[in-house]
Parts: sequence; structure tokens; C-alpha cells
Amino acid sequence: MTTPYNGFARTVRGARDVRPENNKMAQSQRPLSPHLEIYKPQLTSVLSIFHRLTGVGLAVGTLFLTWWLIAAAIGPGAFETTQAFYGSWFGYLVLFGFSVCLFYHLCNGVRHLAWDLGYGFEIEDVYRSGWAMLATSVTLTAVAWMIGLRIGG
Amino acid sequence: MSLRTPLGRVRGLGAAREGTGHFWAQRLTAVALVPLTFFFVVFVFLMIGADHARAVALMGNPLVAVIMLLFIVAGFYHMKLGMQVVIEDYIHHEGIKTASVLLVLLGSFALGTACVFAVLKLAFGG
Repeated sequence: MTTPYNGFARTVRGARDVRPENNKMAQSQRPLSPHLEIYKPQLTSVLSIFHRLTGVGLAVGTLFLTWWLIAAAIGPGAFETTQAFYGSWFGYLVLFGFSVCLFYHLCNGVRHLAWDLGYGFEIEDVYRSGWAMLATSVTLTAVAWMIGLRIGG
Repeated sequence: MSLRTPLGRVRGLGAAREGTGHFWAQRLTAVALVPLTFFFVVFVFLMIGADHARAVALMGNPLVAVIMLLFIVAGFYHMKLGMQVVIEDYIHHEGIKTASVLLVLLGSFALGTACVFAVLKLAFGG
């Protein structure tokens, strides 16, 4: 009786183990590709990073938004408490952070939508839209606070 | 030469079997949120120093309530999509990644539902 051919088992047994923990090559000191901290910060990368950070900031801000709306739904007492909070210095800080994130993410989001349509990919266009976006978001934030403080203050 | 089968190409779902659904929904909500965000800012202006009666009166306007609902739905959906990408990019442990994505999904549903309920309750008279 002959042993049935088992090419699969033979192949597996003979194969080089390529898992990193069992691989001498992977353990050796090979050069790593340069990472973020190696590079000088550029407008392009910094604005991109802040788009993500402001997005996460807005996600945190939704907790405050939900608290505010739910308090209003609960009744006059609860709503008065939240309104007093947003009138305090810490409330102003939260609102300021939220407004910065909101206008930044809005303006840079419009920039992203333009890219999605295929516009503004030349390097000088990317820099121009970057500075324009920064100026617009700062202006919008400042205008919003001037209006807000005029109404509230 | 493409190594993809004709069926795979025509389905257009790619290696993750999802296609461009996530990308498209992110952009769709982004476009919607551009005007909705300006409306929301105006709404916040109108609510500065407001008491409960004013909040009820403001939300009692159908236009205000409906646009607030649109802002909330588009905003929380956009948040879910964005936070999912952030988690998938930076959390590499498979279990923690899955748990975090679930938490974001359920959390945005819960917060969004709470906001929708609050707006509806105010709109219908507090």
C-alpha cells in the first residue's frame, strides 16, 4: 500500500514561518520609514490633522448640545441650570471651543468637498485654499462672538 | 489588464465588500450640514439668555423644529461616520477597535435620539 500523496501537508511543513515573532529578518534592525515627527510641520499636514481634531472636538461637543436640549425638554428648572452654566466662564470656554471647532471643520470641510469634485489639487492652490480657509474660519468665529456678546452681554 | 472578475467589477464593492457607501454618506451629510450649521448658529443666537418659555415658543415654529431635526440627524450620522474612521485609523487592537466602533455607533444613536426627542417635546409645547 502506498502512502497517499499529501502535497498540502508537505508544503505547509516545508514552508518558511513568516510570522513576525518567528522571523529572524523581522527582528533584525532594519531601517524604518520616517514618520510624522521627522518632518517639519507644513500647512497641508497641520490643517489636515486639525480637521480630525476639530471633528473629535465636535463629537465631544454633542454631549453639551444633548444636555442643553434635554434640559429644555425636562422643564424650566433644568433649563435655567444649563442656561446659567453656558453663561458662566466655564460655559463660555466650552462654547468658544465648540465654535472654533465648528467653523474650522465647516470651512475645511468645504475645502474637502471641492477636492472631492476634483478642484484645487495643484500645490499652490492647496496652500492658497488653506490660508483662505484659516482666514474664513477665524473671521466667522470672531463675527459669531461679536454677535453673541452683543445679544448676551 | 485587470485581475478582477467581470462580476466583481460590475458590483463595484471592492475588497471590503462595502463599496463607496461610507464615503458617499460622509459627503452627503457634509453637503447638508453646510447650510444647516449656519441655521444652528442662528438658533443658538436666538437662544442666548432665553428662558424656557422662549425655547418652547421658538421650537413651536415648525420651520425651526424641522431644520433642527435635520441638523441633528445629519450631524450625528456624520459624527458616527467620522469617529469610526478615526478609530479604525488609530486603534490597532482588533477587540478594542470593534468595541470602540460599536460604542460610537450606539452612542451616536442614543444621543441623536435624545436630541430628537427633546426637539419634538419642545415643538409640541414642552
